[in-house]
Amino acid sequence: MVKMTYAEAAKLALAEEMRRDPLVWAIGEDLGRGGVFGQYLGLLDEFGPERISDAPISESAIMGASVGAAMAGTRPVVEMRFADFALCAVDELINQAAKARYMLGGQVKVPMVIREPIGMWRSSAAQHSQSLESWYTHIPGLVVAVPSTPADNRGLLKTAIRSDDPVVYLEHKNIWGYEGDVPEDETLIPFGKGRLEKEGNDITIVSWSAQMHIAANAATLLQAEGISAELIDLRTLWPWDRQMVFDSVEKTGRLLITHESVSVGGFGAEIAATVAEQLFSVLKSPITRCAAPRVPISYAPPLEDKIRVSSEQIVEAARKSITVSAGFK
Amino acid sequence: MIQPPHQNIDKDWFLEHHIMMHRIRAFEETAARANQDKLVLGAIHLSIGQEAIASGVCKNLMKEDFLLSTHRGHGHTLAKGADPEAMMLELLGRRGGICKGKGGSMHIADASVGMLGANGVVAANINIATGAAHAIKLKRETNISCCIFGDGAINRGPFLEGLNWSGVFNLPVLFVCENNGFASTTRTDAMTSGEGAAARARSMGITATEVDGNDIVSVDEITREYIAKIRNGNGPHLISFNTYRLHGHTASDPASYRPAAEVEAAWKEDPIERCSKLLSRLGISREILNEHRKIALAEMEGVYKTAKEAPWPNEDNAFSDVQDLGDPREGAF
Ligand SMILES: Cc1ncc(C[n+]2csc(CCOP(=O)(O)OP(=O)(O)O)c2C)c(N)n1
Ligand SMILES: [Mg+2]
Repeated sequence: MVKMTYAEAAKLALAEEMRRDPLVWAIGEDLGRGGVFGQYLGLLDEFGPERISDAPISESAIMGASVGAAMAGTRPVVEMRFADFALCAVDELINQAAKARYMLGGQVKVPMVIREPIGMWRSSAAQHSQSLESWYTHIPGLVVAVPSTPADNRGLLKTAIRSDDPVVYLEHKNIWGYEGDVPEDETLIPFGKGRLEKEGNDITIVSWSAQMHIAANAATLLQAEGISAELIDLRTLWPWDRQMVFDSVEKTGRLLITHESVSVGGFGAEIAATVAEQLFSVLKSPITRCAAPRVPISYAPPLEDKIRVSSEQIVEAARKSITVSAGFK
Repeated sequence: MIQPPHQNIDKDWFLEHHIMMHRIRAFEETAARANQDKLVLGAIHLSIGQEAIASGVCKNLMKEDFLLSTHRGHGHTLAKGADPEAMMLELLGRRGGICKGKGGSMHIADASVGMLGANGVVAANINIATGAAHAIKLKRETNISCCIFGDGAINRGPFLEGLNWSGVFNLPVLFVCENNGFASTTRTDAMTSGEGAAARARSMGITATEVDGNDIVSVDEITREYIAKIRNGNGPHLISFNTYRLHGHTASDPASYRPAAEVEAAWKEDPIERCSKLLSRLGISREILNEHRKIALAEMEGVYKTAKEAPWPNEDNAFSDVQDLGDPREGAF
C-alpha cells in the first residue's frame, strides 16, 4: 500500500492508462497548468500538449468534440472543471454521447470519461457547488461513478477509461486532499460493486462520494452509543450494487440513505423504492433519507451549513429508525 | 460567389453525379410516398432541390472520410455510399434497417462508409465532426471529416464553438453549409444578423467560400479543391452553398408561407435539370439522361417493396445497444 491523496490517485490512474494506451488523451480548460485543482499537475511534461490538451472555454465543444473523437476511435478524458459548467454541454452529453450507440443501432460506441468535480467546497455558492449525480442516473447510456477514497478514485478511473461507454465521473472537490492507502499494483475496480466501509448489524447506511466520510463518522458515533451500523459506499450509481444493499438490509432490517445532493428526486429515492419493492417484509422500520433540502447552495458558511447533512443528523435519524421499529411492524 | 471556369469537364464523372442525384431524388420521392402511406412514421425532411450538394461533396470524399449530417440527411448518406435498401428498411422501422429500427430518418447512418450519423439536434453535428477531425489528427491519419449543416444551424452555439476549435487545433475538417433560405418555416435571413456562414467563419480565421449549390460542376470543383487542401494539412475550410428547399420543411409541410411564384422560379434552377442540360450540351442524348431517372425510380420502388414486405425488428432490439453494463429493465417491469 502507498499513501496518496484522492487527487494524486486520479492522476496516477490517468498517467498509467495514458502510458498503456496511446489513444487515451485528456482535454479541458487549463489542463496545461495542471487543471484547476492540480489533478493534472506534471502530466503535460510526460505526455505533451496534444494529449494533455488545453481547450477554449467552449464546454459544448469540449463535450461535443470529444463525442466525435470517441466515435472516431480515441478515448478522450474530458475535464469539465466544475460539474456546474457541464450544464453548458447538456445536449452533447445527454442527446449525443449517451444515445449515439443506441440510435445508430450499435454502429458506433462513445468511449469517453467526463470528469465533473462536484460538491460543496470553500463557500463557492450555487454555481460551483452542485452534486447532480442523480440526474445522470436517469439517462440511459451513461455510467455514473462517485468515488470517495483515493484507492477507489484510482481503480474506478482506470475502469472508466477502459469503458466503451460514456462514464460520468464525479469527483468531490472537498476531498482532493484526502489521504488514503492505495494498492501498489494496478487494481481495477469494477463498476456496480459497492464497498463495505464498516460492518454492522442494527442498521444499513448507504452513501457515496464525500458524504460517505460524514456517514462513516456517524457510524463511529453510533457505535459509541451501542448502535452497530453497517456502512456501504456504492462507488457507482449506475450500475449500482443492489445485491450488496439487499444482503445488508436483510441482515439489519433497517435502511438509511444519505447523500449531499438534494433529497427530492435524488438517487436515495431510487434505492429506497427498490428496497421497499424487494424487501418490504424484512424492514423493521421505515426507510430514511438524510439529504439536502431543495434550495440552491448558499455562500455564507452558516447558511451553507444549513444545507449540509451532518454526522449528527445521520446519528439522530438512525436512532429514530431504531426506536420507531416497534410501531412499524 | 465563385463560378469556376468549368473547363475540361469529365463527362463520365458528371454522368455519375447525374445518376446519384436522380437516385437521391427517387429515394426521397419514394420515402415521401411511404410517409403518405403511413409506412414511414414520424417526420421526414426532404432534400429535393439540394441534391447537387450531397452528390458534389460526397463524391469527393473517400470512404475513410467521416461525414456528419443533419435531419435532412438521406441524400448525404446515399451519396456517401450507404445501401438504399437498408436505409428504406430503417425509415419503415423494419428488420434489416441500418440502425436496427432504433433511429429512423433523423438518425440515419452507415459507419461502414464513414457516415457517422444524421442528427435530430440542429448544429450538434458541428462539434462531433470537429472532434472526429481531432481524432484523425491525434492518430496521424490522412482522412478528413466533413460536416454538413443548414443555414439555420449557424445561429446555434456549436457553430461558434466548433469552428473556433477547428481553427485553434488546425483540424482536417470541411464545413458545408446548405444555405437553402429556410430554417423550418422561417426565412433564415430574418433571424440572422450579419452576412451569414462564410462571413462568420472568416471572422474566426477560417477560410470560406460561397458557391452556387445548384450547379453540380461548381460544387464538385470547389469541394475537390478544398478537400485536397485540407488533406494537405491546411486546416479547416467552410463552403456555403446557395440553394433552395423545393419542398416543405417536412414531407407533410405544404410550405404555404411562401409565394408560389418564388417556388416556381426556384424549380427553374433545379440542380438535376441543370446537370442534364450540361450533359446534353456535352453530347449525351436525352434518352440516356431520362433513363437515369427511370432506373432510379425502379430501384427505389424495389427498395420500397422490399421494405414494405419486411417484418418488424426483433423486439429484443429495444433493449440492446444501450450500454455494456446494467440491466436496462431494472426497476421498470
Ligand atoms: C436544437 C434544435 N432546435 C430546434 C430544432 C427543430 N428544428 C428541426 S430542423 C429545424 C430547422 C433547421 O434549419 P436549417 O439548419 O437551415 O436546416 P434545413 O432544415 O434548412 O435543412 C428546426 C428549427 C431542432 N431539431 N434542434
Ligand atoms: Mg435551412
